[in-house]
Amino acid sequence: MTQDLLLRYLIWPLVKFLVAFIIVQVIVAAMNWVERRLLGLMQARLGPNRVGREFGIPWGLAQIVADPIKFILKEDIVPSSSEKVAYFLGPMLPLIPAFLVFCLIPYGPPPTFVVTHVNVGLLLILALTSTGVYGIILGGWASNNKYSLMGGLRSAAQMVSYEVPFGLSIVGVLMLCGSFDLVHIINYQADHIWNLFPQLIAAFIFLVAMNAENNRTPFDLPEAESELVAGYHTEYSAMKFAFFMLAEYSSMMVNCCLMVSLFFGGWTMAINGYGLTTGVLRGMGLLGGILGALIFITKVMVFMLMYIWFRATFPRFRFDQLMDLGWKWMIPLALANIAVTAIVVLLGDQFDFQGEVVLSIAGAAIIVFTLILLLRPRAKVTHARRVSEA
Amino acid sequence: MANYSVLLVAAAIVISLPVLTLFVITPLVRASRGGKVKLEPYECGIPASSLAIDHRFSVRYFLIAVLFIVFDVETVFLFPWAIRFKQLGWFGAIEMGVFLAILLVGYVYAWKRKVLSWV
Repeated sequence: MTQDLLLRYLIWPLVKFLVAFIIVQVIVAAMNWVERRLLGLMQARLGPNRVGREFGIPWGLAQIVADPIKFILKEDIVPSSSEKVAYFLGPMLPLIPAFLVFCLIPYGPPPTFVVTHVNVGLLLILALTSTGVYGIILGGWASNNKYSLMGGLRSAAQMVSYEVPFGLSIVGVLMLCGSFDLVHIINYQADHIWNLFPQLIAAFIFLVAMNAENNRTPFDLPEAESELVAGYHTEYSAMKFAFFMLAEYSSMMVNCCLMVSLFFGGWTMAINGYGLTTGVLRGMGLLGGILGALIFITKVMVFMLMYIWFRATFPRFRFDQLMDLGWKWMIPLALANIAVTAIVVLLGDQFDFQGEVVLSIAGAAIIVFTLILLLRPRAKVTHARRVSEA
Repeated sequence: MANYSVLLVAAAIVISLPVLTLFVITPLVRASRGGKVKLEPYECGIPASSLAIDHRFSVRYFLIAVLFIVFDVETVFLFPWAIRFKQLGWFGAIEMGVFLAILLVGYVYAWKRKVLSWV
């Protein structure tokens, strides 16, 4: 009896966690190479394409292995003026919650592909991810370097500012789905429609806020090379620097998983209960589960690539612009979104129409309108003309 | 509660990972030559003029932190309401509207006192 319980609640979830963790870490390690390579292509240069050529490994893929080896072998420098305990805690603190969160994300149809079914999963994920800021400000302060301090402070102010719209954008989704349970939220979307449509504004705010939370371009002010050397990790070398990197990429991954689970239907591919819902995938047995997990990972990868795409596209914000965007635009917008959602849904209950359908139509209309605006025929600027104008 | 037990064990594993790498594995294999100049804080390659600890930083960072507390608590209050939003109906929505209105007064005040604008 005890053995059964142990197996069911401890051993199996732990095995699942370790498998998921290793897969995620391999993806994270690979993302570093993908990012440099893609940025290279987007900026009309090559990117890392050499490592591993001697062993017949194409496209510099061995970079993925070479980087960690170098991180481990490099000399570990602890600046003499640093605050030792805090200096060591700095890189470790953001790493721990960023890794632990992978326990709580549903990768595929339950029960096989969910590590542990926690009914306040979303709340726990939010609580864990928001502790990431401690490590950064502690590391920045403990280095006792002016650049680090500035970077750490900026980073803390930025992460804290965007934590608010980040949380508020989720409220809209919670109102529609009525649960903190990610599995429930995903099933709800399969039975109705992706939350992207009724909560379009929230999805947009979430996208911006998750970019800012992870200090990614266009919000990478804490690491602005041209002004702050490397920001909060200026004084960190070797494995400690690698920890900061790992934490950043892991939390990027977590945010992409959240984005997919909250707004893009997670592992399901269904509208109004038709298509690949949890029930259909479960009916297919293990194969269906793997298919669901693949759908989930594909969606997550789309958003990971979006991070890189943003980095190649947008120039960096100025700090006052960043704060204005966070406090003066995102927060009122998120509050307005909550108010509109509440009023439309309640009016729908009162006068017997589906409030969510109205919101979805409005969201879809905004998407179509934006697409028309973006794709409208414009006068083509040829290369020759651009050169002659210049 | 049993569903949470794995979190504890996973936390132990996840905490041990960086500790092991930092204090056991890397000291065994890494290069280590030391040198006084290497251990100085970085400042463009010249001797550091002063340490970070000698400087003051803008009070605005502190104001942002205070504002964050207010708004984060607001978000925390919104979460349980959002979960039961459909059952609570108009009553709950108006209650929350009053709460948000009180908060918005503070928000507008902070905005007018230029707390929200940097520079």
